[in-house]
Amino acid sequence: MVFQNRCLIVGLTVGMCFSFMGQAVAKQVVAGQAVVAQKPEAKQYLGGGTTVFATGRNSFSLPAANMPMLKTLDFSVGNSFFRSPWVIAPATTDVRDGLGPLFNTNGCQNCHIRDGGGHAPSSHDDNAVSLLVRISVAIEGVSWPEPNYGGQLQDFGVPGVEPEGKVHIEYQDVVEQFADGTTVTLRKPTLSITELAYGELHPDTRLSARLATPMIGLGLLEAIPEAKLMALADPQDLDNNGISGRPNTVLDVVSKKMVMGRFGWKAGQPSVRQQNTAAFAGDLGITSSLFPDENCTLAQKNCANAPTGGKPELTQEVLDAVTFYAQNLGVPARRQVNDAKTNAGEVLFESIGCAQCHTPTWTTGDAEAMPWLSNQVIYPYTDLLLHDMGNGLDDQHPESDAKGAEWRTPPLWGIGLSSVVSSEVNYLHDGRARTITEAILWHGGEAYDSQNAFKALSSEDRKALLAFIKSL
Amino acid sequence: MYFKPQLKMILVALACVTFNSQLIAAPSKASSIVETKVVQHYTTLAHTIFEDALITAKALDATLAAFIESPSQASLEKAQLAWKAARIPYLQSEVFRFGNPNVDDWEGQVNAWPLDEGLIDYVAQDYAHEEGNTGATANIVAAKSIKVGNKTIDTTSITPKFLAEINELGGSEANVATGYHAIEFLLWGQDLNGTQAGAGERPYTDFITGDQCTGGHCERRIQYLKAASSLLINDLQDMVAQWAPSTDNYRAKFEGLPKKEALTRILYGMGSLSLGELAGERMKVALDANSPEDEQDCFSDNTHHSHYFNAKGVQNLYDGQYQRANGQLMQGLGIAALVEPADPALHKSMQAALQKTEQALNAIVTLAEKDEPMKFDQLIAPNNTKGEAIVQEGIMALVNQAQSIEQVAKAVGIDNLNPDTSEHHF
Repeated sequence: MVFQNRCLIVGLTVGMCFSFMGQAVAKQVVAGQAVVAQKPEAKQYLGGGTTVFATGRNSFSLPAANMPMLKTLDFSVGNSFFRSPWVIAPATTDVRDGLGPLFNTNGCQNCHIRDGGGHAPSSHDDNAVSLLVRISVAIEGVSWPEPNYGGQLQDFGVPGVEPEGKVHIEYQDVVEQFADGTTVTLRKPTLSITELAYGELHPDTRLSARLATPMIGLGLLEAIPEAKLMALADPQDLDNNGISGRPNTVLDVVSKKMVMGRFGWKAGQPSVRQQNTAAFAGDLGITSSLFPDENCTLAQKNCANAPTGGKPELTQEVLDAVTFYAQNLGVPARRQVNDAKTNAGEVLFESIGCAQCHTPTWTTGDAEAMPWLSNQVIYPYTDLLLHDMGNGLDDQHPESDAKGAEWRTPPLWGIGLSSVVSSEVNYLHDGRARTITEAILWHGGEAYDSQNAFKALSSEDRKALLAFIKSL
Repeated sequence: MYFKPQLKMILVALACVTFNSQLIAAPSKASSIVETKVVQHYTTLAHTIFEDALITAKALDATLAAFIESPSQASLEKAQLAWKAARIPYLQSEVFRFGNPNVDDWEGQVNAWPLDEGLIDYVAQDYAHEEGNTGATANIVAAKSIKVGNKTIDTTSITPKFLAEINELGGSEANVATGYHAIEFLLWGQDLNGTQAGAGERPYTDFITGDQCTGGHCERRIQYLKAASSLLINDLQDMVAQWAPSTDNYRAKFEGLPKKEALTRILYGMGSLSLGELAGERMKVALDANSPEDEQDCFSDNTHHSHYFNAKGVQNLYDGQYQRANGQLMQGLGIAALVEPADPALHKSMQAALQKTEQALNAIVTLAEKDEPMKFDQLIAPNNTKGEAIVQEGIMALVNQAQSIEQVAKAVGIDNLNPDTSEHHF
């Protein structure tokens, strides 16, 4: 308004004044604000150039905003195989058959709901479709597949092959209290398997439930230079800050070398391609060049004798397309960037130590054959390292170098839109947390001090911190 | 107090005038006016095409009412023809979906597929669906209530509002309860012929009340059909309003975008529909997988028309031309108006690419519409080498067309044809 008055005073038309000031400022004047328009902050672009500005239910499903249009063919073909159901072999649809013999679900999208995450079953008779259970027998700290059931419980089977069992989760209330007296009731899950079809479980069996995780920005995480991540690792806590992140070291099944793990709740997989094929094998029973064997144990003879959908079942072309798709889902932009409350929350996020593991920003290196993912300044809020999260989250289920209590810092980008993308959202590896507050309250071990600092915050500060996290 | 700023402002104003006169003298002015006209004609076309989709959906609704009033094979076939007619403008509107987030968000309730049809009505015993999706076998037509997770949903009354609420029930995209394909399933039923000849063969008696009712619960099936049709009309009305001439709707905002950004959206939509959606998801995936489950209009076997009119939608925007449902021809400035003066050779090759696509997809239509038809689901059968070659030709034409669209984008000053990366999402 100030500008407008001055223009009128000197006898110029408003239009001329506007044309000088340029569109951005003119908009501000129209909106009745005298402030000069601000340049959008880099921090709004959580996924660098891949950032998409949709905020609706499809906001996790869009291609990277800077992906060349001519790549939409690979992206769409990958999307289709990610979304549509796989069928039992033999079938006329040769490329899409090979489901099972044992499996958890028949399509990726069933768990990665609209490319987002999964949720814990809402009741006992709910199929645990967006959550799966890992099984292991720990011998001297090393985890082995359970002899009769293998490394993962499959609760579906093709006709003639008995499903291994059903997941059963019981919750127990745990009450936590903030310094201001407010209480929060957490739910502590106890897992068991019912209707076991292939004999008893080994007496030392450990079960660990795992939720499907969101698909956004995976190609960017893959492109963070390993040396930079390693530089942040501090396994002996030499800087004495109570945080001792370390990388998981896992087998690259193609090169047969031990390399850094990046993907999965315990960073058990080194690349998007290996993560995808591991999920195809474990969750859908689809074999691939990376995992050529069906997941049948010696006790599961019908499983071993079931027809296959080809050797391997996943063609190289489809694997390439699905991998490309998984690497190229854009990251939604941050909302409320210039909001006083979220800014205050961001300061608290740093000051109470969240950012020590949820590392705000990285610059990607060279992404092979995908220059649009290279050299991007991104804000994933993760260090991709393993941290001891304390007894409360210890699942007693080691995975390569990761111990039971160790978990990879999950990225936080997109977290505020998860509830728009899917009607049911849960947090942490087994979905025990129904809210972000509950998730923070489960943080122990290296994150214990931060959790305590969170509990000491005033209600207003807690709201600001949550507003910041939800703006991501 | 005011003197200083006033003086500054006068100087600024002088500078401003000079700057403006320079702009007028600049050679780009003519093309900037054309750009404005192209953008305006794009929104006019969007409005007209959605309006035609609405008009034909209302015509469909009238034939559905007549069919329900006196069900017979003849009145069922009339309704089926009206459904096919309603698809023609709608499919030409899809090119607007890929450049405009408002259309993309809206589309899920209007044109979602593939669908787990067991959510809606009875299905054959060997029906394959998404495992763990309780909605996939809910059969709303037969059930007074359905259970999803720990929620029991009362389905006593099948209204448009109810259908909108249960679309994508339990978060599963396969739980399509609404839109063109839900209506298609109710009119045709499952296509149980796989990659063999034949579409869905639902008997008209599925809509007869009383003793002659087949398939059970005819009264509720009728309710479902009416509700799905009403909802489709409501949704189309909403979209028409977003593109109508107005000062406060999507159209107004679109026309207010910087011209380069508007053109990026237009061309990205044309390229993305050509390549990713049509060549990729709708043709290549179905062909590679030999899978009629990946066929868009799988109940009616009308997929050839879907492909043809999708491509027509792209061509409309290049030429600035659209033939309305009533036959009237609309003509204005399309993208061609920007390309032809700047690069006549490119204009020719773009036109040739569009024409090649038109021919290739028309060949598929001709096969599908001849006396002993060969439909798209037969072309994609395993070992149908002739069919594969025909579909492949369509795919290659679309790939080539997308490459030309990218060159066209460069010619109009867009170096990176990717989806909009600015904050102008509304």
